[in-house]
Amino acid sequence: MNARAREPRGRLLLTLALALFLSVVPLPANLDAVRPAFLTLTVIYWSVAAPRAGGIAIGWFSGLALDVFQGSLLGEHALALSLVAYIAVREHQKVRAKHVFQQSLMVLGALVIYECVLFAIDGWTGHTLFGPLHWLQIVTGALLWPVAAALLTRSHAPRWES
Amino acid sequence: MAAYGAGATNRRLTGHGSSPGLRFTVYAILSIVVMVFDQRGGWVKEIRFLLQAAAYPLQLAVSSPTTAWAWIRESVETREELRAENERLRVRESGLALRALNYEGLARENAQLRGLAHALPPIADRWLAGEIISVELTTLRQRMLLNRGTTNGVFEGQAVLDDAGLLGQTIHVGPWSTEVILITDPEHAVPVQIERTGLRTIAVGAGNESALALPYLPANADVKRGDLLNTSGLGGVFPAGYPVARVEEVHRDAIQPLAQVRAVPLAHIESDREVALVWFVDERAKNAALQSQLAPHPDTPASAAAASTPAAAPLAPGAAATAATPPAAPAKAKVTPKTPPKSEPPDDAADAVE
Repeated sequence: MNARAREPRGRLLLTLALALFLSVVPLPANLDAVRPAFLTLTVIYWSVAAPRAGGIAIGWFSGLALDVFQGSLLGEHALALSLVAYIAVREHQKVRAKHVFQQSLMVLGALVIYECVLFAIDGWTGHTLFGPLHWLQIVTGALLWPVAAALLTRSHAPRWES
Repeated sequence: MAAYGAGATNRRLTGHGSSPGLRFTVYAILSIVVMVFDQRGGWVKEIRFLLQAAAYPLQLAVSSPTTAWAWIRESVETREELRAENERLRVRESGLALRALNYEGLARENAQLRGLAHALPPIADRWLAGEIISVELTTLRQRMLLNRGTTNGVFEGQAVLDDAGLLGQTIHVGPWSTEVILITDPEHAVPVQIERTGLRTIAVGAGNESALALPYLPANADVKRGDLLNTSGLGGVFPAGYPVARVEEVHRDAIQPLAQVRAVPLAHIESDREVALVWFVDERAKNAALQSQLAPHPDTPASAAAASTPAAAPLAPGAAATAATPPAAPAKAKVTPKTPPKSEPPDDAADAVE
């Protein structure tokens, strides 16, 4: 039960804040289209690496923050991110066991689900947040995963590598 | 590690005494409830208001690189450049001062000529300069964040202008910050009137900071390159007569019943750093204010008259069609009868400029 005390909550919040910053910092339009979903990657990482500290609640609140910053429908990103976090928490054993490039493929799947949820909600509510180029983010996100995972692992004691 | 299964072990893993599935269900329902209410515009508005307040510091942090860059660029500007700019502004200012001298007289003369002193469209009463914190210009969202909020009296659906023309209107107002939807946002539509012919139509954002579309003009409509588009005053958000855009391109296709018209917004959407949030007062209140200025104690009755008269839009000839709100402007056509808190006397517009 000591394990809970060792959960890297401080690191987790810090990296989430950083990811949120990267997700909303203004970029030129053509870069913006391929900007990876930093926040989603971070939520996935923590849901897999520390499912007790991370997980669904973290995903939900991160998504809500994203909604406030992007002015999207309140709850939209929250739902999508908590779904992704839920999947990641459920599958964290399988993900941990895989090689990092296979993890990338799994992240790709999670990002597809994430974007589909957003796309569906946008469609139902009649708001449009993204253009067709936005789907490129799934690919850039998956490509970024090995780097992001390595950086995030360095941010706390590696719990699953050894 | 491989021994972990579902159920009991998950419960132990998550440490919250409930399975991830259950927790996800709870959060999902919560999201859906919030989304439904946000879409309908209910109490979630207040939550958003609070959240926007909480987000403000981070929003400032996010825009800090841009701000820092602007600051650096500004501080390395040479003395010569500053002097030239100063000179230019001085010339412009004296020109504007001359025009302002004429303004009161013209307004009264206009009212007399039209014989409609009580039914003139509202005019700008006071304005507040707001600094742009961040700008989002993508194909599907054209928004801008300002450093003004309800603490400055900003309200939802308020017109935002710059020195060249109409920029947009406020959409989410927080205590210290306000999100502005620009006229070029594809979700925004502004009722306009072609100055040359008086033809009324609707200008829809094209998701590009230099383009508005006029999708509802028939192919035989009298519109040509160079026509100026002003606000028509329909819809109740923007008063009549403010410049919006200039027609750039008219394309008439023999097989299309509608002309394809592209207009370029006059506002400097890309280069603005400050914009004006405008409060409009209707002419009746304005006249009352003018008259009571002749009385010994002008200020109190004037502001009382201005404050007690909510938008007289239904009286205005143009606004008679307020009910026939353009279908393409769903959220925008809210008439906002809220008169802003009158901290200054209404005629001291110059004092209100910051």
